[in-house]
Amino acid sequence: MNLYTRRKLINTFNMTAAVLTTVVGVMLLSWILIVLIMKGVGAINWTIFTEMTPPPGSAGGLANALVGSLMITMVAVVIGTPIGIMAGTYLAEYGKQSVFAEVVRTINDILLSAPSIIIGVFVYALMVKPMGHFSGWAGAVALAIIVIPVVLRTTENMLSLVPTQMREAAAALGAPKWMVISSVVYKAAIAGMVTGVLLAVARITGETAPLLFTALNNQFWSTDMNDSMANLPVVIFQFAMSPYDDWRELAWAAALLITTLVLVMNILARVLLPENKTR
Amino acid sequence: MSTMAEPQSGKVSFNMAAAVTKKSSGTEQSMAQKVNGVRHVPNGKLILRDVNFFYGNFQGLHDINVSFPERQVTAMIGPSGCGKSTLLRAINRIYDLYPGQRAEGEIVMDGHNMLDKAMDVNQLRAKIGMVFQKPTPFPMSIYDNIAFGVKLYESLSKSDMNDRVEWALRKGAIWDEVKDKLGQAGTALSGGQQQRLCIARSIAVKPEVILFDEPTSALDPLATLKIEELIHELKSEFTVVIVTHNMQQAARVSDYTAFMYMGKMVEYDHTNVIFTMPDKKETEDYITGRFG
Repeated sequence: MNLYTRRKLINTFNMTAAVLTTVVGVMLLSWILIVLIMKGVGAINWTIFTEMTPPPGSAGGLANALVGSLMITMVAVVIGTPIGIMAGTYLAEYGKQSVFAEVVRTINDILLSAPSIIIGVFVYALMVKPMGHFSGWAGAVALAIIVIPVVLRTTENMLSLVPTQMREAAAALGAPKWMVISSVVYKAAIAGMVTGVLLAVARITGETAPLLFTALNNQFWSTDMNDSMANLPVVIFQFAMSPYDDWRELAWAAALLITTLVLVMNILARVLLPENKTR
Repeated sequence: MSTMAEPQSGKVSFNMAAAVTKKSSGTEQSMAQKVNGVRHVPNGKLILRDVNFFYGNFQGLHDINVSFPERQVTAMIGPSGCGKSTLLRAINRIYDLYPGQRAEGEIVMDGHNMLDKAMDVNQLRAKIGMVFQKPTPFPMSIYDNIAFGVKLYESLSKSDMNDRVEWALRKGAIWDEVKDKLGQAGTALSGGQQQRLCIARSIAVKPEVILFDEPTSALDPLATLKIEELIHELKSEFTVVIVTHNMQQAARVSDYTAFMYMGKMVEYDHTNVIFTMPDKKETEDYITGRFG
């Protein structure tokens, strides 16, 4: 067998393997989506948005969980985004290759892949235990801890993509460094930074473990962040494992809602990103 | 290294009139005011004394002594890595952005040493504009691109700002092309227009000196021609220093030319002298393309 034939064989083999694994991956994802849509669509109706999570055996909705999820997510983003952006800015514009910056970068990478249940337990010990009760605030802080590394990483990456000459040009006009960053560099990187925030939101939308230890759940309507709060992931967790048909039905509906939300966010992030790259 | 064969007896500075007379005695007229190949220009706008530049441990410039005349165009030529851009970047201290880069010596403008630690670099840079190799419009409207630098040090009324923007864009020879689309993104312009926008942006803050770092190397010949004409006009109001790889460009736009090699200033004189009867063999070899 000569070299060329061998190469062609290896190529064919690798090609086949690659296509097969892709098919398996896409098939699994489609399977999840199809089952989710089949089971979920039937369960979605208006009462989902108007009624509270019901006690076992009776009809109800997800209104309290939806609002709870929205509030916790929003607060988490409000806490996490500025910290992530400022830390990312520090790494890209000030720390660069310094030892401290490298340490922060490594810690951030660890945080990025930290199991979310650890973060849940951490916030439980930090807030829930001292306060004596579960709360929406604790849930938001737990999710914020997940938001920070995602936003930090994308911010740093997007700022690094801004050409150095842009900074030099602004500095050459006499602009102090903080103005170079806030008026020019941020403007050039804004689309990518927003993408990072959207990705972070998509990531925390489905997080269950951190909320289980912090916001827990609430059967009733509550917008009090100081009290335990209903939220979609924990409702899914609780309802899906229950023996009651009504609850399982609602769990499917909640799962479909979350998935749709994440999908929309990811698509939004994709739409925003290329615009940044062509600059 | 052997190209710098001429013996150097320590550091030579312009103040050493004795050295000048000693050298010039018995040489032809063009050598009359030249020290080590560098012509002395009295009352220079920018006077560099014993300037050394370091990238960490690497020395990028060696004992540069030169004086750039006011409201004239000075071109710096030389092979890649010879230090001409480094010299330009030392003048407005843009190298300050990078830790590990430092300059020694004096760069004097209007009696003030730019390299003085106490010098406010931001105000210094407002007086010494810079245009880069690649056009660098900011990601904002054409109007805001011009207004950005002005807002840093002046608070103008809306109408005064409008006037200033128009003035700068006219000076940058781009007003007619953009006057109907000031609100559009600066990044949407063509490469040559972007570069003229950047020049207008530098002009807008009313600097005294404008530094050009290979301003046309990313542009086509027509856009290059426009920029060269523009530079020619600018010298009626500004002191211009331009780094270029293109020797024809240096010959076309400049009044004085400096030839640099390996971090040293080999020769500096009137442009016509450099291109017609240079003193140094290295200069002649370079401009005739026999270099190396």
